[in-house]
Amino acid sequence: MTGLPEPDLTVDCRSMRCPQPVIELARRIADVPAGGVVAVLADDPAAATDVPAWCRLRGHEYLGADDTESGASAYLVRRSR
Amino acid sequence: MRGVPNSLRGYLDAASTEPLHPAAREVLAEAYDAGWADPSRLYGSARRARLLLDNAREIVAAAVGARSDEVSFTGSGTQAVHLAVLGTAAAHDRTGRHLVVSAIEHSSVLHAAESVPSAEVARVPVDRSGLVNAHVFAEAVRADTAVACLQAGNHEVGTVQPVSEVARLCAERGVPLVVDAAQAVGRAAVPADWSVLAASAHKWGGPAGVGVLVVRRRVRWRSPSPEDERGSGRVPGFENVPGAVAAAAALRARLAEADELNRRHSALVDLIRSRIPELVPDVEVVGHPTLRLPHIVTFSCLYVDGEALLTELDKHGFAVSSGSSCTSSTLTPSHVLEAMGVLTHGNIRVSLSRSTTEADVERFLTVVPDVIARVRAITGVDGL
Repeated sequence: MTGLPEPDLTVDCRSMRCPQPVIELARRIADVPAGGVVAVLADDPAAATDVPAWCRLRGHEYLGADDTESGASAYLVRRSR
Repeated sequence: MRGVPNSLRGYLDAASTEPLHPAAREVLAEAYDAGWADPSRLYGSARRARLLLDNAREIVAAAVGARSDEVSFTGSGTQAVHLAVLGTAAAHDRTGRHLVVSAIEHSSVLHAAESVPSAEVARVPVDRSGLVNAHVFAEAVRADTAVACLQAGNHEVGTVQPVSEVARLCAERGVPLVVDAAQAVGRAAVPADWSVLAASAHKWGGPAGVGVLVVRRRVRWRSPSPEDERGSGRVPGFENVPGAVAAAAALRARLAEADELNRRHSALVDLIRSRIPELVPDVEVVGHPTLRLPHIVTFSCLYVDGEALLTELDKHGFAVSSGSSCTSSTLTPSHVLEAMGVLTHGNIRVSLSRSTTEADVERFLTVVPDVIARVRAITGVDGL
């Protein structure tokens, strides 16, 4: 990963269609402590917009995305509180 | 409203197409009887057809602030956009192959720009409300920019763009500006300072199959189509005279009622914009709150499947559209919502037709919260 932190938790949402990846993220964010980082692994193109938008609406920090070898992207989110 | 067929109750998708205006229906049959002949011939019936066509052109020209010899009718709004972009690019190909477009143009503009031979297309970003910054747009214009394209108002979220300011900055740099005014003509003030303009009759209550291409006289434009003497050399093919007549009749009628309709639509959109966040948890109303077209309002609901939403609303008799990926044939989300950085799922666009009443909107506001709650309950996302 380029300049992005290692996640504390990876939520595998590959082959899930929107809005499922954001729902999974919302379900699992509480599994890391405040300051912890969750990676959402998704191949649905809507995740690129919807994960950052969810962070904005929920007050979490969107850190960026990385492509993975599997063709999916890893979207990194830092839990704020 | 009296005399509105039941099929139009709950029709909230006027940005896709406005039902035929009664004024257009009234003249259509008559126009087929009087305007069937070849308008480029020299006998009586042909001269009648030519007169009808010229008259239609004058009405449209007056509505968009142009001269009537600058106006041509096309086979659709999409064809008008294609000819606007490709013809302007062709006439300026010595300047370069660089095009500047806003990121939230209609797909017909984006596809036309990409199809210019050896094109390099710069997409100008928008802010979260869908607004282009005129200076950012101007900074994207280069010495080798052949064409710039900016819509009058956005078809998905309603945001109105600073066309006059962008036109001025483009003119200073000698770059022609193509304006897609499909959502504005007949509804909102049409900006004045464009070089080439495209519009679509069925958006204002004219018949389908009639678009409008307007090329300012001083603007260089070269037909991208094989040579054809019809349509002032701009639009190939036999003119649809009855369609043009009905389109002009609808536009004239629409402009006569525009002030009253716009006031009504703006008030109903304000009502939706303020009530939806009160009635529905976790919802984001998108698009600019004040710099907007009168008839469009869009919102996105967290954790909701857009397709399920459309299906449920249809069961309640509401016709709306959505920019969510699950509702598109390509399974990609709307490029407009993406460019704005707003939620793309659970998206609903409501757009008001001239038949929409306050009662329709009130019923919509009663039904929508229940529908969204039910879809969320089925998915099990309560409390997330």
